[in-house]
Amino acid sequence: MDLFEYQARDVFDKHGVPVLGGIVATTPEEARAAAEQLGGGTVVVKAQVKTGGRGKAGGVKLAHSPQEAEDRAREILGMDIKGHTVHRVMIAAGARIAEEYYFSVLLDRAERRYLAMASVEGGVEIEQLAVERPEALARVAVDPLVGIDRAKAEEIADAAGFAADVREQVVDAIQKLWTVYQQEDATLVEVNPLVKTEDGRIIALDGKVTLDANADFRHPDHAELEDAESADPLEAQAKEHDLNYVKLDGSVGIIGNGAGLVMSTLDVVAYAGEAHGGVAPANFLDIGGGASAEIMAAGLDVILGDPQVKAVFVNVFGGITACDAVANGIVKALEILGDHATKPLVVRLDGNNVAEGRAILRAANHPLVTLADTMDGGADKAAELAHAAATA
Amino acid sequence: MAIFLTEASKVIVQGMTGSEGMKHTTRMLASGTTVVGGVNPRKAGTSVSFPQGEGTVDIPVFGSVAEAMEATGADVSVIFVPPAFTKSAVLEAVDAGMPLTVIITEGVPVADTAEFFTAAQAKGVRLIGPNCPGIISPGKSNVGIIPADITGPGKIGLVSKSGTLTYQMMYELRDFGFSTAIGIGGDPIIGTTHIDALAAFEADPETEAIVMIGEIGGDAEERAAEFIKANVTKPVVGYVAGFTAPEGKTMGHAGAIVSGSSGTAQAKKEALEAAGVKVGKTPSETAELMRQLLS
Repeated sequence: MDLFEYQARDVFDKHGVPVLGGIVATTPEEARAAAEQLGGGTVVVKAQVKTGGRGKAGGVKLAHSPQEAEDRAREILGMDIKGHTVHRVMIAAGARIAEEYYFSVLLDRAERRYLAMASVEGGVEIEQLAVERPEALARVAVDPLVGIDRAKAEEIADAAGFAADVREQVVDAIQKLWTVYQQEDATLVEVNPLVKTEDGRIIALDGKVTLDANADFRHPDHAELEDAESADPLEAQAKEHDLNYVKLDGSVGIIGNGAGLVMSTLDVVAYAGEAHGGVAPANFLDIGGGASAEIMAAGLDVILGDPQVKAVFVNVFGGITACDAVANGIVKALEILGDHATKPLVVRLDGNNVAEGRAILRAANHPLVTLADTMDGGADKAAELAHAAATA
Repeated sequence: MAIFLTEASKVIVQGMTGSEGMKHTTRMLASGTTVVGGVNPRKAGTSVSFPQGEGTVDIPVFGSVAEAMEATGADVSVIFVPPAFTKSAVLEAVDAGMPLTVIITEGVPVADTAEFFTAAQAKGVRLIGPNCPGIISPGKSNVGIIPADITGPGKIGLVSKSGTLTYQMMYELRDFGFSTAIGIGGDPIIGTTHIDALAAFEADPETEAIVMIGEIGGDAEERAAEFIKANVTKPVVGYVAGFTAPEGKTMGHAGAIVSGSSGTAQAKKEALEAAGVKVGKTPSETAELMRQLLS
């Protein structure tokens, strides 16, 4: 889960990372109140969106008074930045910036440890810096069993070439940012820019934090950080049932078991769609190992609730899951859904107890269900039905 | 021969007395795996009866991995404990010097994996997983949750990030059979990589050809492609899932997320093809490429 900037600021603050005052606001009036609370002087009104380039898009504006903060917030709230609607702004205290730096710590998948990166040339696109002037970006490996202790923080600061006047503050900030990374179970903590103010203070001016959802069990407080309102309603419904669902733009609903097989099913449906008017997958939905009737019903309900869906392809390879259980699940799901189920279903089953599974579906003889022998055949049939329904 | 797992492998199950552990221990025994013990400190000294053939077999429960190894000579451990307890279970196996530890558990925090992987590396312990279906050398041994009845022994080696996609590919090529099929898992950090498996298959006299299944996210497939170019003489057929996955969305596996231009299925396909790997667009086309190679 990616955090908004204001959430990252709060998390930094909690762990002692130096940050400026910042208050989130969802209305222009709240923005005004926030600016007053921050002393009534100059503030920055910053759009809270989980995408880059908001400055260029006009999502970051200076305000010299609470009234101006309210006016700027009115302009920014509701803006669309790269497909993200701005629901909140952060009113941030102003700072006089002398220098901009960069710091991040993240998971290094290839080396299977952590990587800290730092540069005294911050405030720019770091990807660009890494390509154009790699020598300006220090990269220091971090041992997961040791983490960033004082010695490692000094190594990072010195590798990046921080000047003597800020070194001690930077070393301290790096250790605190590591505390954020470790104690919050983050997979990314990035500060861009880390700044030196004109009065010589080191401050994390903007932060990006990605949290590991697998670690939610030891962070009950992370549930509050979820961005419920901008989630797709179907994705929210799926999440309630612990279903792994991602909404896409096509018209063929997909249900499968296992992330890899479902991804593959999306691809096979997209290829099959080329011969059927270019129809494409409508979603990713992995029902996982135990495909009970309830899980199947919940999954079908989500998919049938998507008005874009014209046909559904259920692609299950029974490993642990037995195909007869899946078939029973589909039959019962159709019963549970009753009149809600209105779209054709193509079902392909293979693997564990496949003969029994197919027999159950044949015996049920549901008017909406078509059996397919192979994954390719099922994808083709579902694409054909979706195309036919769209052109009917 | 097969890789990592042979008929001589002696397996213990950490979490055997839990419901998942019981279910899969039964399945592993039914597919011929030599399971020699379970581990649970609260049930040490007891045994659990499992069906085997016409009768039953009693599998002893030990208080620790070290005790189980001492008593049975076990050289493989498979872990079926919940995510919150996985790190300590793996570290116990690592500290005991278990040569191969297979972690089936899904949902392990990546910080925990980073820690136990680092510890395992220092000890020379091979980990497979986490969040993986395990490893099967058909007809010899089966450790994890891969169904044993899809296909039998043969000359193809298979390495894959995905479980059900592994089963699908084994099914597509069921008339050929496999030396070993290994599901390495889809998490951001995994113990055994595509490259580790490719190197082992290259060295395994029973393996004649290799199927490599990848998916979006990270650059493991690109690095595997470089490795193949430099080190693998056996024919390799590849498949990459996730061509239609949108940028920035996680597709089930924690590692399967496309960010920017790297990590896309197209980039992986191109890298593999540049290394001389034939890459199929679908599982069935990939199987067909393998058929052409072997016939």
